[in-house]
Amino acid sequence: MNEIVQLLIYGVVLGSILTMGAIGVSMIFGILRFAHFAHGDFMTLGAYIGLAFISAFGLSPWWALPSGMIGMAAVAVLIDKVLYQRIRRTQPVILLISSFGMALVIRAAVQLIWGSDNQSYAKGIQFPWRLDILGGLRIKPDHVWIVLIAFALVVAVHLFLTRTKMGKAMRAMSDNMDLALITGIPAERVITWTWVIGGGLAAAAGVFLGIDTRLYPVMGWTALLPVFAAAILGGIGRPYGAIAGGMVIGIAMEMSTLVIPAAYKPAVAFAIMVVMLVVRPQGLFKGTL
Amino acid sequence: MELSGFSAYLVSFLTFAGIYAVLALGLNMQWGFTGQFNIGVAGFFAVGAYTTAILTTPGSPAYLGGFGMPFLVGLGGAVITSSIIGVIIGLITARLRTDYLAIATIGIAEIIRLFLKNEDWLTNGVRGIPAVQRPFADTALDSPLTYLLVVALFVVGVYFLVERAYVSPWGRVLRAIRENEPASAAAGKDIARFRLQAFVVGSAIMGLGGGLYAHFFGFVSPEAFRPLYGTFLIWVMLIAGGSGNNRGAILGAVIVWGLWSGTEMLTGMLPSEYSTQAAALRVLLIGALLQVILVTRPEGILPEKAPRLIARRRDKQ
Amino acid sequence: MTMLLEASGLYGGYGGVDILNGTNLTVGDDEIVVIVGPNGAGKSTAMKAVFGLLHVRQGHVRYRGDDITNARPEQMVRRGIAYVPQEHNVFPSMSVRENLEMGAYLMSGDISARMERVFGLFPKLRERRHQQAGLMSGGERQMVAMGRALMIEPSLLMLDEPTAGLSPLLIDETFERIREIRDLGIGVLMVEQNAKQALAIADRGYVLATGRNRYEDTGPNLLANQEVAEMFLGG
Repeated sequence: MNEIVQLLIYGVVLGSILTMGAIGVSMIFGILRFAHFAHGDFMTLGAYIGLAFISAFGLSPWWALPSGMIGMAAVAVLIDKVLYQRIRRTQPVILLISSFGMALVIRAAVQLIWGSDNQSYAKGIQFPWRLDILGGLRIKPDHVWIVLIAFALVVAVHLFLTRTKMGKAMRAMSDNMDLALITGIPAERVITWTWVIGGGLAAAAGVFLGIDTRLYPVMGWTALLPVFAAAILGGIGRPYGAIAGGMVIGIAMEMSTLVIPAAYKPAVAFAIMVVMLVVRPQGLFKGTL
Repeated sequence: MELSGFSAYLVSFLTFAGIYAVLALGLNMQWGFTGQFNIGVAGFFAVGAYTTAILTTPGSPAYLGGFGMPFLVGLGGAVITSSIIGVIIGLITARLRTDYLAIATIGIAEIIRLFLKNEDWLTNGVRGIPAVQRPFADTALDSPLTYLLVVALFVVGVYFLVERAYVSPWGRVLRAIRENEPASAAAGKDIARFRLQAFVVGSAIMGLGGGLYAHFFGFVSPEAFRPLYGTFLIWVMLIAGGSGNNRGAILGAVIVWGLWSGTEMLTGMLPSEYSTQAAALRVLLIGALLQVILVTRPEGILPEKAPRLIARRRDKQ
Repeated sequence: MTMLLEASGLYGGYGGVDILNGTNLTVGDDEIVVIVGPNGAGKSTAMKAVFGLLHVRQGHVRYRGDDITNARPEQMVRRGIAYVPQEHNVFPSMSVRENLEMGAYLMSGDISARMERVFGLFPKLRERRHQQAGLMSGGERQMVAMGRALMIEPSLLMLDEPTAGLSPLLIDETFERIREIRDLGIGVLMVEQNAKQALAIADRGYVLATGRNRYEDTGPNLLANQEVAEMFLGG
């Protein structure tokens, strides 16, 4: 029992991290109509940008979050302007392969700049809180922070999508692209904001992953499959579904370690995704962005 | 017969290029002909390589194997196992839009790699399977040059096979589906079925490429099938050469493999302490090359020459 | 006097095949102009060409004398031209209110007065303002779509088959609204399958066939024209 609750907690932490990535994947799919294969590596790069920032200014690890998010949002917009925008105009389907190539380019750039060795935000080991009431559950303060901040970010995205003009325009584009254009909604500006949010949230996921464990060049690529699984489970193109999808995938991955080797955690995410694609390809929930 | 210096390098280069050409032809069957987005080429590649490695190597107590089968049986096994994986993936995804296929294939490739890494009893895990022999091993015919000829034979064979498929009525249906799915469905074509067939044939060819690789390299390990070597390079080859054009696929394999090896020579001049960075730099260069091709010449060096079956509709916003 | 809209000698189509073969259209301030004609005559295509959704290969579109041929939709909207497509003309997951807000996306400042005006025309939308547009009936969706277009306070409203799929009762109501819109001083250009009813409220009408003008006259005259009635209005 104790072990199950402990895994559940880890699952919620992982789920929070995956959600950050999955919301971005889902929004990008809803508005730009393609699966963004570089999203995992956006997570990696965001985490490393945060690392660079805190080591340059000697700040505490949590500063990696805002700096990584801002930095990655800027890089995401830049990549769109320089590359994706050109390809979008001619051959939309080619965006898939271009983003896959971009994934490798980003990873190579990370290796080139920061090297291949593991790195971490903070030195030393963090001592978990022990909760004796539930038979000695261990909870790391970092985990609590990750879940709380992820929750705050989800609320922020929700408010953005439902309360601001730009947020509503994003929903409109995702709902009906042709009508959005006819209505005069400026597509390119909406797309730019999509990358700001997608890139920023990807960086948040990356920083959380780095805080939870450590930073290494393939950290995001490894997370890409669960992130896609979460987005598909929630119904791709639907950021609210991505939250539920992220939680289900995160918890399932951690719980699976009770029965199968931990190395196969990504396979669990994949299996859920495949079942979903076969049974209910539109995702768990109805409705769009 | 031992080859010296440059000629040995040339033989090795051409053999690799030939193996990649087979893989690119397989991908062309899926993407070029049918518009199916397989970003998990590495998975089929790996399954083919491991199948033949397990079937043909002498035994070891550490893992399954030791069947000591002949070369051709190994390759046959490679084709069969990769086809089976292709059927499974294809059945799941044939009715879905292309993005889902891409995600599913990348997933299966990663899981295959995880499996190869972790199931020591079958694959010897990260240590890999050594001593995969070339055909004609222990005979007078055994040499790198002979193997190059064997690979060349397979390239030519696969080329004629896919070229025939391309011009056949079956190939025409595939292209019709790629160009205009609703019209093909309206014409009474079972789209999912044709897609599945093309996907499985493509997977089988990739498995064959994997088998050829195992016998050439002599050693298979999970690291060889990372997305970079196993998938990305092959995509760059096909796109650079010309998607939909079989000759383009082969030309792309030779040129891109040449560039890839060329960058290795360049970065090889760097001091050895920069070796990690050098590898990253090569990926960066080849990745940039892909993006440049996609932006400037997405149809590749040899564009598909077949007439479009149905005028493309570009009117929709 | 310059017309509100003046399209002359339009040629254009899909995939290199022209559907429009020299279509001419004019719309004046506060008049309803209806385009009728058989299926495939290029009625909707002509609307798209005017609004810049279809490339005009030859010919000109002028709005208050300015050349707007092949301008981007955003520029059309900024100039005061609003377009309601026949299908998929609402944002289904968004509320009625949000649909109207999106209509005024390019307008800066307070939009509540604009919204009040739309609610004045379509009181039902005020009641249903929090409802998700995708869950509404066809007639209500058409109101949302027209309301959305009116949010820019256009000078020219273009409607592509606004009564398609509606019940006879709703068709009457829709035409009534269109007259009210015209009476607000807005020029209306619409394509209609319910040709007789549409011509009855129209100030002028065009009969299009194979992308060319076959007849143009006032609404009543076209209705009275024996030839037009036999060929295009089903006797």
